[in-house]
Amino acid sequence: MISLTRRELLTIFLGAPFAMNACRSGESRPFPEGQIVGQSATLGHILRENRTFDVPPDNWESKKVAIIGGGIAGLSAAWKLKKQGFNDFVLLELEKEVGGTSASGKGEPVGYPWGAHYLPVPFQENTELISLLEEMSLLEGRDASGEVIVKEQFLCREPEERVFYKGRWYEGLYLAVGASDEDKRQFAEFQKQVDSWVNWRDAKGRRAFAVPLANCSDDAQVTGLDKISFADWLQQNGFTSERLLWYCDYATRDDYGLKADQASAWVGLFYFCSRVRKSGVESQPFITCPEGNGQFVNHFFEKVRDNVRKGQIVVSVVPTDKGVDVICLDGKELRGIHCDKVIYASPMFTAPYVIRGFRDDPPFAANEFQHNAWFVANLFLKDRPKARFAKDFPLSWDNVLYESQSLGYVTATHQKGIDYGSTVLTYYYPMCEDPNGRTTLFNYDWKQLADVCLTDLSRAHPDIYELTQRIDIMRWGHAMISPRPNFIWSGIREKAEKPYRNIHFAHTDLSGIALFEEAFYHGLRAAVEILGHGR
Amino acid sequence: MKSTPLLFLNVIIIATCGLIYELLAATVSSYVLGDSVTQFSFIIGVYLFAMGVGSYLSRFIDKNIAEKFIDIELAVAVIGGFSAPLLFLTFAYVTYFGIILYSMVFIIGTLVGLEIPLLMRILQDKLDFKELVSRVLALDYVGALVASLLFPIFLVPKLGLNRTSLLFGMLNAAVGVWATWLLEPLITKRKAMILRVKGVIVLALLAIALIKADRLTTLAEDALFVDNIIYTKSSPYQRIVVTKGKTGYALFLNGNLQFNSFDEYRYHEALVHPAFAAFQGDVKRVLVLGGGDGLALREIEKYNSVEFIQLVDLDPDMTKVSSAVPALGELNKHSFSDPRVHVTNGDAFVWLDAVQAEPFDIAIIDFPDPNNFALGKLYSTRFYNLLKQKLKPDSSVVIQTTSPLIARNSFWCVMKTLESSGYTVKPYQTTVPSFGIWGFALAKLQPFDKPAKPPTNVELRFLNNETFASLFEFPADTSKPDIELEINRLDNQALVRYYETEWRRFEQ
Repeated sequence: MISLTRRELLTIFLGAPFAMNACRSGESRPFPEGQIVGQSATLGHILRENRTFDVPPDNWESKKVAIIGGGIAGLSAAWKLKKQGFNDFVLLELEKEVGGTSASGKGEPVGYPWGAHYLPVPFQENTELISLLEEMSLLEGRDASGEVIVKEQFLCREPEERVFYKGRWYEGLYLAVGASDEDKRQFAEFQKQVDSWVNWRDAKGRRAFAVPLANCSDDAQVTGLDKISFADWLQQNGFTSERLLWYCDYATRDDYGLKADQASAWVGLFYFCSRVRKSGVESQPFITCPEGNGQFVNHFFEKVRDNVRKGQIVVSVVPTDKGVDVICLDGKELRGIHCDKVIYASPMFTAPYVIRGFRDDPPFAANEFQHNAWFVANLFLKDRPKARFAKDFPLSWDNVLYESQSLGYVTATHQKGIDYGSTVLTYYYPMCEDPNGRTTLFNYDWKQLADVCLTDLSRAHPDIYELTQRIDIMRWGHAMISPRPNFIWSGIREKAEKPYRNIHFAHTDLSGIALFEEAFYHGLRAAVEILGHGR
Repeated sequence: MKSTPLLFLNVIIIATCGLIYELLAATVSSYVLGDSVTQFSFIIGVYLFAMGVGSYLSRFIDKNIAEKFIDIELAVAVIGGFSAPLLFLTFAYVTYFGIILYSMVFIIGTLVGLEIPLLMRILQDKLDFKELVSRVLALDYVGALVASLLFPIFLVPKLGLNRTSLLFGMLNAAVGVWATWLLEPLITKRKAMILRVKGVIVLALLAIALIKADRLTTLAEDALFVDNIIYTKSSPYQRIVVTKGKTGYALFLNGNLQFNSFDEYRYHEALVHPAFAAFQGDVKRVLVLGGGDGLALREIEKYNSVEFIQLVDLDPDMTKVSSAVPALGELNKHSFSDPRVHVTNGDAFVWLDAVQAEPFDIAIIDFPDPNNFALGKLYSTRFYNLLKQKLKPDSSVVIQTTSPLIARNSFWCVMKTLESSGYTVKPYQTTVPSFGIWGFALAKLQPFDKPAKPPTNVELRFLNNETFASLFEFPADTSKPDIELEINRLDNQALVRYYETEWRRFEQ
């Protein structure tokens, strides 16, 4: 633990001017209890030791397929295998619970997310994803044009978003209040550019930005955008409005954990374009629930629970002449599984540590799959923060602080229509200011991170200290893949998507962006590859 | 000193201002807290005592008396001048109103108490003691008379409390600035300049507030009631106020009128009996959502066939208000003591979603108007779909749906929302003088004809055969508008936006 003064800590996370102010105010505030939860960072790091493992002969078994990793990709693959009547597989999960970054917690009055917390309603052509939603009875029907209609109670309830700026809350994410004529002109111009990309089609009729990303155009006119940062693109297109730049920066921090000058222009525009059907229509609505994407995790798990083994540290994956041997640490015992095929549904950067022989002849450069770090805090409140002004826009689903480096918080009770009494707020903080964000993050303890979170929120809610009864914190060392310039369209994805000696990779990393839809796509792709092979 | 007589004019003004602040505090507190005898008595007592404290403290001021005197005048101008608006705002937004009220009264009283002794000491070299005491005190009491006559006759009716407060603050500050000239020999030039600058700043602040007073009034005097307040309670959900006036008792939630006893029977008869008239057979089980005042219950309990009434209201303080205020208990005929009534305190939306219950024959839905998102969800397709699980195929439902005259789009938006949720809807309206033209929806899950007559076996004051038939007639200005209205869904909350637009036209 590095020792820092409180002011130094707050300066790092919240910026100097605010830290000065926060430190001046009284210290005698109640401080809630809580702890660091989840993620077995130390377990994961056993992988890096690269030793050999001898499995006792009695501890070997045979399975046709092993899925390594129980995040959305692994669960989707398992779900697909099961749905196709294929049952001779096992899913090995490192943690005590499946879900990966879609993990969630159970509690009163409602559950709450630890990571991903919504899914935009898919377009009708994403038939596989729609069949999942159908199976979960989230759908009500289809509209005249064939697009699905999601049941009202699963669509993000209004009021959806608000932004806190100079002491007050305003509706929406783009700060419209006090915008100058030039701000408005630039915002309209930005919308126009987005619209033109929404309508853009290549010679083969493909969209510039589509979900899953596999359906995007590879035309150089679009992929060229991947060579520069989003900030550079904004500058080249004459966008200087502070609030517009903030809005774009917020977008990339929110979806990719990167600032606009770190994310590629391609992913920046992807955020704004990929969920809009055609110009002039609203972006696709969000499917959400108190536990966020935990609802999908729970559904998958229900379907495949018999095939899931939790707390399994896969220490070695050994390609053989007959197939693949998987060796894992189950508690203190080493176990081995002879498999025909493996679906490797773990972050790509782990491949060289786990797959034997990978390093000697790497099929792709795994170290190019770089992840960024986040911390997520769940605050358990005994009551709602009091509105400070009668005309303040009320508590919403997503609540963003304009002047903060955090992403603000989502309200777990919102979707259930529980508008009074206790609630859970989930606070998100991407470590994108610091080039060594991950190392930095793990240098801080619970108390320090809780202090950052409470101090940050106290600018909008001075009563947060009295209201918060507990604050738990998850440090995500490898939260999501970083789509920096020259990554997504560099050709590495195609290489990594190819099976390597009976090992099929399936992870959202392979799309270069961390999205439920991408993880799902790759999970299904790998499952289909394996099923196809078996027949 | 050049102008001793003018300094005596100063005394009158100071005295007038001092008493005005005292009257303001007493009036504001009796407006918002009720019980004017107690409020006036306490405020006068605390204020006079504080003046005594001020007079005593004056002995500790030895040097630069003239300068300190002017400083005190400016301080009184600021605190006194802003007292009324500040008290209204704190009442609206702060829970510990009493502490702020009495601290303010004490501070103003202390400062005013300092003024006269200091002024007398300034004048002591000019006049002999006998002359000084007689003149200053006589004029002090004249000022008090002026204030107490002006206040009820002119100031409150013509200017209102906020403007009076700010205006006298300005007068107070002006006297302070003026005194920098009157007391010129006693103050150094530099000090006099500083005092004048201060005075001008105080004047400017008060002037700005005076110009913006209309805005302050809508902010603060929203909560101002014409009648005497006899009960207030701030629950975690809302502020409950009961007033008593010439026309009877009235209940307000967050400043919005819920009923007035002189005509509430019109509203509640119209709310309850059409649902009974539309139901075939004996009504046994009734669900009431909202309606914590117990007045709808009173109407329901008139039916002997009813065996079970489930009432769900958000606020326990609301369902208790009729026991807290005996007059309201009489008004609802102690409807909560009826053994058929079962009360649950909770959000009806969450209750419908989470609680299993046998279906009901009739549902009476009486929520506040949809003026925020938490209320808007109670008028959504999701809500009406959840409600279905608590209904039988032939159950009848009535919903209060705001004024079709003032909020025409809102009213018809609710009708459309109900229809799109699978209900057959018969909109109707009536006149409740306290509210104006008021609208309701009678709905069923199957096609039905609108009932022709009220039920015959109950005693009614308002509904008879003629009025009953006319309920379902809509004049041209309240009929369904020609525009395509949105359906109110959780994910668009269209109704809250219609409602806000329509009612905003009637705000100041």
